[in-house]
Amino acid sequence: MPSVQDWINNPLGVVDGAFAQNNSGAEWEKKVVEYFKEKLKVNGAQSWVPSLNDVPLHYLKPNSLVKFRCMIQDMFDPEFFMGVYETVDSSTNSKVLRCGKYKDVTDCGQVDFNSRNAVTSERQTFYCVPIPGESQWVKEISFHQARVVPSTSYTPNRHKRSYEEDDEMDTQAQQENNCQWNDSHRNVESKRLETEAPSQNNSPSRCSSNLDLNFPLPGEQGPACLVKVYEGWDGFKLNDMLEVFGILSVDPALSLMADDKEASSLLDPTESMETVEEQRAHSPPASLVPRIHMLYAQPLKHNNPLLPSAVSEDKGACRFLSGVLSELTSVRSELLTYLTHIFLGDSLAAEYLILHLISSVYARRDVLPLGKFTLNVSGCPHSSPYTDQLYQIIQQLVPSSYQICMSLHNMNNQRMVPRKDYTANRLVSGTLQLASNTSLFLDETQLEQGQLDATGVRNITALGNLISWQKVDYDFNYHQMEFPCNINVLIVSEGRSLLPSDCQVHLRPALSPPNLEEYLKTVQLAQASSQLNKYRVYFTVARSLDYNISDQITKAVEEDFVEMRKDDPQSVSAEDLHRMLIVARLLSLSYGQTSLSRENWIKAKQMEMMRISRTQQQKCVNGNEP
Amino acid sequence: MSSPSSSARKRARSSNPPTPASEDPLSLSPRPREPSTGELQPMPTSPGTDMQSPAIQDTSLFSSPVQLPFDFLSEVDMSSPLIYDTPSRGTPARQRPDLGSVRKAPQVDLNSEPVSGGSHFIKSSNCLQSKIFGLYAKRFLQRFIDPSSREDENACLDLNEPLYMQKLDEISVVGDPVLNVNCGHIQTFDADLYRQLICYPQEVIPTFDMAVNELFFDRYPDSVLEHQIQVRPYNALKTRNMRSLNPEDIDQLITISGMVIRTSQLIPEMQEAFFRCQVCAFSTRVEVDRGRIAEPAVCRNCNTTHSMALVHNRSVFSDKQMIKLQESPEDMPAGQTPHTTVVYAHNDLVDKVQPGDRVNITGVFYPNEPVLCSLHKSVRGKSGIYRAAPMRVNPRQSQVKSVYKTHIDAIHFRKTDERRLHGLEEENEQKLFTEERVSMLKELAAKPDVYDRLSSALAPSIYEHEDIKKGILLQLFGGTRKDFSQTGRGNFRAEINILLCGDPGTSKSQLLQYVYNLVPRGQYTSGKGSSAVGLTAYVMKDPETRQLVLQTGALVLSDNGICCIDEFDKMSDSTRSVLHEVMEQQTLSIAKAGIICQLNARTSILAAANPVESQWNPKKTTIENIQLPHTLLSRFDLIFLMLDPQDEAYDRRLAHHLVSLYYQSEDQVEEEYLDMAVLKDYIAYARTYINPRLCEEASQALIEAYVDMRKIGSGRGMVSAYPRQLESLIRLAEAHAKVRFSDKVETIDVEEAKRLHREALKQSATDPRTGFVDISILTTGMSATARKRKEEVAQALKKLIQSKGKMPAMKYQQLFDDLRGQSEAAITKDMFDEALRALTDEDYLTVTGKTVRLL
Repeated sequence: MPSVQDWINNPLGVVDGAFAQNNSGAEWEKKVVEYFKEKLKVNGAQSWVPSLNDVPLHYLKPNSLVKFRCMIQDMFDPEFFMGVYETVDSSTNSKVLRCGKYKDVTDCGQVDFNSRNAVTSERQTFYCVPIPGESQWVKEISFHQARVVPSTSYTPNRHKRSYEEDDEMDTQAQQENNCQWNDSHRNVESKRLETEAPSQNNSPSRCSSNLDLNFPLPGEQGPACLVKVYEGWDGFKLNDMLEVFGILSVDPALSLMADDKEASSLLDPTESMETVEEQRAHSPPASLVPRIHMLYAQPLKHNNPLLPSAVSEDKGACRFLSGVLSELTSVRSELLTYLTHIFLGDSLAAEYLILHLISSVYARRDVLPLGKFTLNVSGCPHSSPYTDQLYQIIQQLVPSSYQICMSLHNMNNQRMVPRKDYTANRLVSGTLQLASNTSLFLDETQLEQGQLDATGVRNITALGNLISWQKVDYDFNYHQMEFPCNINVLIVSEGRSLLPSDCQVHLRPALSPPNLEEYLKTVQLAQASSQLNKYRVYFTVARSLDYNISDQITKAVEEDFVEMRKDDPQSVSAEDLHRMLIVARLLSLSYGQTSLSRENWIKAKQMEMMRISRTQQQKCVNGNEP
Repeated sequence: MSSPSSSARKRARSSNPPTPASEDPLSLSPRPREPSTGELQPMPTSPGTDMQSPAIQDTSLFSSPVQLPFDFLSEVDMSSPLIYDTPSRGTPARQRPDLGSVRKAPQVDLNSEPVSGGSHFIKSSNCLQSKIFGLYAKRFLQRFIDPSSREDENACLDLNEPLYMQKLDEISVVGDPVLNVNCGHIQTFDADLYRQLICYPQEVIPTFDMAVNELFFDRYPDSVLEHQIQVRPYNALKTRNMRSLNPEDIDQLITISGMVIRTSQLIPEMQEAFFRCQVCAFSTRVEVDRGRIAEPAVCRNCNTTHSMALVHNRSVFSDKQMIKLQESPEDMPAGQTPHTTVVYAHNDLVDKVQPGDRVNITGVFYPNEPVLCSLHKSVRGKSGIYRAAPMRVNPRQSQVKSVYKTHIDAIHFRKTDERRLHGLEEENEQKLFTEERVSMLKELAAKPDVYDRLSSALAPSIYEHEDIKKGILLQLFGGTRKDFSQTGRGNFRAEINILLCGDPGTSKSQLLQYVYNLVPRGQYTSGKGSSAVGLTAYVMKDPETRQLVLQTGALVLSDNGICCIDEFDKMSDSTRSVLHEVMEQQTLSIAKAGIICQLNARTSILAAANPVESQWNPKKTTIENIQLPHTLLSRFDLIFLMLDPQDEAYDRRLAHHLVSLYYQSEDQVEEEYLDMAVLKDYIAYARTYINPRLCEEASQALIEAYVDMRKIGSGRGMVSAYPRQLESLIRLAEAHAKVRFSDKVETIDVEEAKRLHREALKQSATDPRTGFVDISILTTGMSATARKRKEEVAQALKKLIQSKGKMPAMKYQQLFDDLRGQSEAAITKDMFDEALRALTDEDYLTVTGKTVRLL
């Protein structure tokens, strides 16, 4: 497919061609963007584009089209660049107009800075990181998907080998590759490889000591990227998930110039306006943080590779969705059985966990986020591997998640709230900078008695705000700035959690297997991967369904509420009604029903009743204790 | 300074048409041609277009009715560069590094313009233009009058006189050679001149400088200034937020607002290099042009090559400072991070601003040169010995990073929060409303039910609690600020404080969050997490400068706003004690680490407290329920209880409301209620422009209301109102008048204030034992009846003990049972303990463990 090769391997050729054809107006810019959009629309075309998430950077050809599934971690200041410039050939003294769009450095020839044909344009830079807390299965599946299609040139057999063998072999293979690569390529390339190699060897510590890639979560891996945006940058928001299609730029000149400048700025601090820290943050070596010049970006509603990514009018997607919807109920019952096993036979807790996992903030009324459903599973055994295993199981089900062990040490030392570092002029990330619908697993069983220091108190407050208002107040030193978020928080604790929650379920195990670990492992292993995939699709689909309540049901609910209050006004408050309504909503969605039915309302009420009576019993049991 | 004589002279001057003196060929030459009108010729169009087509420009420039003859050009001496210091009589000109990259554009154009007919002509037309601009500038300065000026810095000037001439007067007295010119004035006076100033600041500002200096030294020939007057325009109406800066703004005059986040150390920047020949000691000076020094390769005296050496301490340097400016949080779209811009300050603007300051900066927006200048660097690096280092042809130089950095050269700083420190009001002035908006707001205000409309627009997701919302609405508007400092009572509090208490889960926090999001200067803290320091201010030592810096806390930050404090009851006592001063005196005194000061904290406080026993106990008083000191409680104007009303109709409405939350789409709701933005503007407008005063009737009504309140209690030997309550009433009435956009407080306002106040009292100051409203619950912490009963029990106990005859010690439990058996009213253990305590205070007995001993 020569055409494919063309627009993927040499997109700049397309850009320059368009520029040369029509350099009078600004239309050519639109044309270029349209061209690539059209190309990418073609069925399956998106998977021909190599992904920065899957393919190591040094296998990718510079200036080729790549894609990157990422989250916007920081937004840098807009920069002005030479949109159109004129070069002078020193030998012939002839002038040539060139286009500077989608490029970091100018092409050959002496640039005439005073040319009146030059056009200064503006672009915005986003610092993007891979989606924080992305589950392993997401990476694996998207990798496989990418490989299925007729891939672009680079050594597909190597991928196969390195992927299918285990980790140890993997690194070996890569090192081998490195050697071959060195022989056949330019010196500069090899240099870049050497810096890249250690980060491939599963040793993120070394890499981050040189250069902090500013991932929100500690221990994350993967490429960070500077994405240059040429239009409509106001439409993007911090923490948005994107699939960026753009031109990869790893020009070694970028790094060299950065070094050069760094040296000079040491010599003469007045020369550059930026501090060394700022330099490092804003122009890191291209081998570690490549640049992508965005041609097209697709906002992602979810990062589940098992589903078509965006809401598309695609027929295939529709068919897929209706297929999923038809078997939603059966999947739900299988899922319920599975989770009941996990909760040691407690089906009520399993029900609530399902509701929790499909919850999502769907609207905000003034300051009130609607649709959030923070779950507190209490009664978890203290200091046992149970909570860890529970997290692993959830990790298997959701596309992205993160576990915070709320030990004193962690609370006092972890940086949760992102903070603006004015010296480096960037937003230093924190663990609460997460993309939409990430599952945050708070393990309170790890918390022991002791002193929380100032950081600890701030972290607890931040978690509380996150749960109650679904927002994080980023610290900008002189002021705070509120960033709304949409994070599913699950708290496991022994007693009632010290953090607020929408709903507390006390775990009541029906069975106590002698070897808990063994038991959970066997339960997990019993699930085939196809089964797991069904669950994964289930969660994502159920979450995205629309919902409404008919007038009739509204009446019924009103009646019900009045009735309940009549008997004992203390028993049901407005808050309880809030919760019942959201349970009813999630319950309906979990069955794939888009409007509330009477049965579901009654079921929701019953579930709530059971849950509350259970908590009260628990209180009675503990009543003797102070 | 406007002494009669000086103003008389001024008037004489300005009433005379143009100066008769012959020393000023500029203003003279065109005038004799058209003495009747005194009108100047039309403005030349932009210099940029001139240069492109001088021939066409030629006609357009002179196409005015007055044909300028050629001798006009020759009359003006072209060779003297803009007659820069002709009129200044020896006062040194001072370089303007803030227009640093000046002269770049024209020069470049001249050289790279092969098409132009005669370069000489361009130059002259260029010159001519400068002169014409100078004339216009002069005319502006001489004639501009702004009778409606509201700026504080013009406070002592005569508004009917030419404003800037008075300012020149000021300069001659004060000797500060800086003239700040409001671009808004220029625009109203002469839109063309304004446009030129905005688009070509590098050319127009120097002509302004010239014009000012000519005028000044004409008038005050003998005054001595440090250097020539420099004009600093500000408030270029193109005030932009940083986000909207784009390549079109390059080289233009802009005003942007933002917050200073970082300032660099002082950087000495070379303005003029001094070279001396090492062979013959011949010296020469070279001006720095765009950061580069053209180093003389050959000594002009002895013709030795490469013998010139730079002498550092005889070169001229100017001060320079780099300032990082960040977008102010209000300007930012939600969900994005703030942008930053680099600003360079020069000379006396250095160190004018500190990190954390909110400023408006006027300056010229420049791209940095993409070429590194290696010459400049080696001058610095090699400790005084300068080597000629020709630009090495770097192989990498052919590839240039295609990105420009940009910066702004600051011409004028204006701190936007400065006024707050001076205690002047009307900072909201900056928020200008468009005409349509104002008429829309007024229309809204004219509606009879505006009060109800607004209160229902407040936090629509929270159901009912109408009175509480009304209370909060009045709090948002606030009373009228009254100044009694002349009579020694200082300011009267205009802010209304509100306390919400009630069961947990009655959406108190949600109300607080809403208010916090609504007001521009709101702060939200939680009593649990905040310390006294966090609320007030703390002193920090800046690690770099070793300077003590005062960091302000929530209360100071919410000056003129609302401070929302959640979990008020969880606050530690020391923290709460800070609030005493703030809530009545509206100031905050700080004595820390050598800094003693009083800061303004004119903040309304909206607090929420939970009852001590998790559920509100209706059998107890407010004080007993929330356990807050009554000294603090009495400072709240309104205390509301947020309880669950138990009533079927209410339940039904509530249920309906909640259910609808869960399926209505967002736009549906928008229609039903007023937009939050409208509410915001409404409040801002009322707070800024409406200052209601009490009318006669209203004050009578207030007096009556107060007397009535006092009467209620006095019948039962209780006090039901104190002067503080009267003050609250006044404030509430004023706020209600503001809601109506009325400048007078009328009886209806007082009625509503009374009603609301009564409602709040009914809820919070009702004695649960008697069912009467008793203000002493809030002011002394205990109701009058409770105090009486306590007394009675103590007496009964005393009697009981006395009746038992001489017994040195008794069992506690025994005594309690006896007392209960004897008394007809039920006596709780608490009451018994209290009676014992009372007797202990009388030194009648002591209690040790389980035994009671008589003394």
